[in-house]
Amino acid sequence: MSELYRRYGKLLTLIMILLTAFWLLALVIIPNIVLFEFSFESYLPVDQLGGPLDVYSLKNYETFIYSPIHIRIFFQTIIYSSLVTLLCLCMSYPVAFYLAKVIRIENAPTIFLLLLIPLWVSEILRSFAWFIILSFQGPLNALLLGIGIIGKPIRWISGFNGVIIGLIYSYILFMLFPVYNAISSLDSNQIEASEDLGAPLWRTHWRVVIPHAKPGIASGCVMVFMLCAGSVIVPSTLAAPNSRWFTEIIQQWMFEGLDWNVGSAYAFLLLVLCILFVSIVMRVLNVRLVDIAK
Amino acid sequence: MSEAVELSKVSMDFAQFRAVNKVDVTIKAGEFFSFLGPSGCGKTTILRLISGFMDPTEGAVKIGGVDMIGIRPNARPTALIFQNLALFPLMPVWENISFGLEVRGVDKATRRAKAEELLNLVELYDSADKKISQLSGGQKQRVAIARALAVEPKVMLLDEPLSALDLKLRQHMRAELRAIQKRTGVTFIYITHDQGEALAMSDRVGVMSQGILQQVGTPMEIYNNPANGFVASFVGENNIFEGTVKSVKAGVASFATALGNFETRLGKGVAAGSKAKIYVRPEHTALQKTTAPKANSVPVEVGDVAFEGNFVNIFVRDRLGGTHMIQAQNDPNIALPANGSKMHMVFAPEHAVVLAAAATSSQS
Repeated sequence: MSELYRRYGKLLTLIMILLTAFWLLALVIIPNIVLFEFSFESYLPVDQLGGPLDVYSLKNYETFIYSPIHIRIFFQTIIYSSLVTLLCLCMSYPVAFYLAKVIRIENAPTIFLLLLIPLWVSEILRSFAWFIILSFQGPLNALLLGIGIIGKPIRWISGFNGVIIGLIYSYILFMLFPVYNAISSLDSNQIEASEDLGAPLWRTHWRVVIPHAKPGIASGCVMVFMLCAGSVIVPSTLAAPNSRWFTEIIQQWMFEGLDWNVGSAYAFLLLVLCILFVSIVMRVLNVRLVDIAK
Repeated sequence: MSEAVELSKVSMDFAQFRAVNKVDVTIKAGEFFSFLGPSGCGKTTILRLISGFMDPTEGAVKIGGVDMIGIRPNARPTALIFQNLALFPLMPVWENISFGLEVRGVDKATRRAKAEELLNLVELYDSADKKISQLSGGQKQRVAIARALAVEPKVMLLDEPLSALDLKLRQHMRAELRAIQKRTGVTFIYITHDQGEALAMSDRVGVMSQGILQQVGTPMEIYNNPANGFVASFVGENNIFEGTVKSVKAGVASFATALGNFETRLGKGVAAGSKAKIYVRPEHTALQKTTAPKANSVPVEVGDVAFEGNFVNIFVRDRLGGTHMIQAQNDPNIALPANGSKMHMVFAPEHAVVLAAAATSSQS
């Protein structure tokens, strides 16, 4: 703060603080408070607003508890988001290590650029691209048939397959970069020391690299998990008829049922339960919040 | 217990740059051998070639007679102590030390016992459960040594491990390292740019410059009989005079310089008639009021006098502007020469030697 003041002077500092405060208040805090209040109100016809039925209640939350289908979809969302997080980690870690410790530093910018370009395309377009790639008579099946790996086309978009593929593609970089940052701060001599003491590759990773990269891995996992659980576009584009995402239920309440009150309750449930889940996992894996903030 | 390390005609190229040039030396089992040279002379590359992080472009590296080419560091009987030590900060001290045993599948109780034993060996008691960050520089040093000893290496490689310590501790650790080496009998290969370290600790020293091994010998040989000009000026101080070898008679060369003729010993590879330099150690020179018979003498003017305690360094200037250093033992009965007084710098023929510049191919 004082650093900011020293560098930019009174006026600019004030403007920056006010803008940040405005952004936080107007775009994050106030809308959430409004939704929070909505979630305790009832969905009433206009002429009954302010009438005897317009009171706060837990009715909207009860709707969730008495809907086994919604509960199942909620748990599916959590489970498949965790699966996507795990897959992202498994795929990112080798790449992050390669980028951080194997390639020459002058080649890194080119590779990062190649990795970032897909992120410049909107998420909707990327989801549709995958919808086309994965479709029954799409290019992926044509390719695999063409080179003779499969005998007959595969129905890729069935169950949660399409959603998993789409989510990994959308969010993998949110795993890659924190893990990359964490690994690149490791002194390469430690890797060599471990090897010199006789450790095979896997043990060097297990005992030296991964413990060092744990904060990066944790923050990557939290980010990917939260993004997955909150994703709307990917599940609604790439889901099969039998695979639904919890965010789609919220959307239904809000835009099809026009019941913003139940929708708000569901949105808050998702937020609170996800935070709870992440906190439990962090506690189990012995990761502290300060590690992630680094 | 320990093994010999044999480097035969080892060369290492990085793109266009030859970091190590046909180095040919055998380090005996149980020996404390130092590679001494300025930074960029290729000594660290040699260490990485022996430890297995690189394989040489040409030549062979053998440990205990076994060819090591293509064998990864984790399968070589060596242990490397890194310049920055590279201790694992997230493991407690004892896990650091027993890491090599953990890798070999030793059970936890045995590992712990071995770690305690090694901590006693390096005289670091009650530290097994400390964090690395709680240790001082010297203590970290000991942990690194213990960690390397834990895998019972046949050859211990040390990459300037004392350079980060302060002077007092460095001198203490020198003696410590030497004692540990004698106690364990492991072959130590030590890399340093500090001649004091190399001379004080080593059984033999290999002096390197620009990838070339200039001379291999005991510290006394290196200091008293340098093979060439590079070794003479890198190890210890020397006064240098340029000139031409006029004639050689019974091992004594007559050497002509702009300051007069000197009688000197003749080093290897210098022929009569060639341009060369003579090297005289400051402690082999004296300052006198008159010229001395049977000794070389140069008229000089006294400059700064630096009293160092047990000895005195007197800096003098010859009439051509060249500066020289004369080192004398401290003697309370003798007055120090005054700045500006005209005197003679005197040295005996047997203490001056004509040497060629640096060798252009590795010696063995």
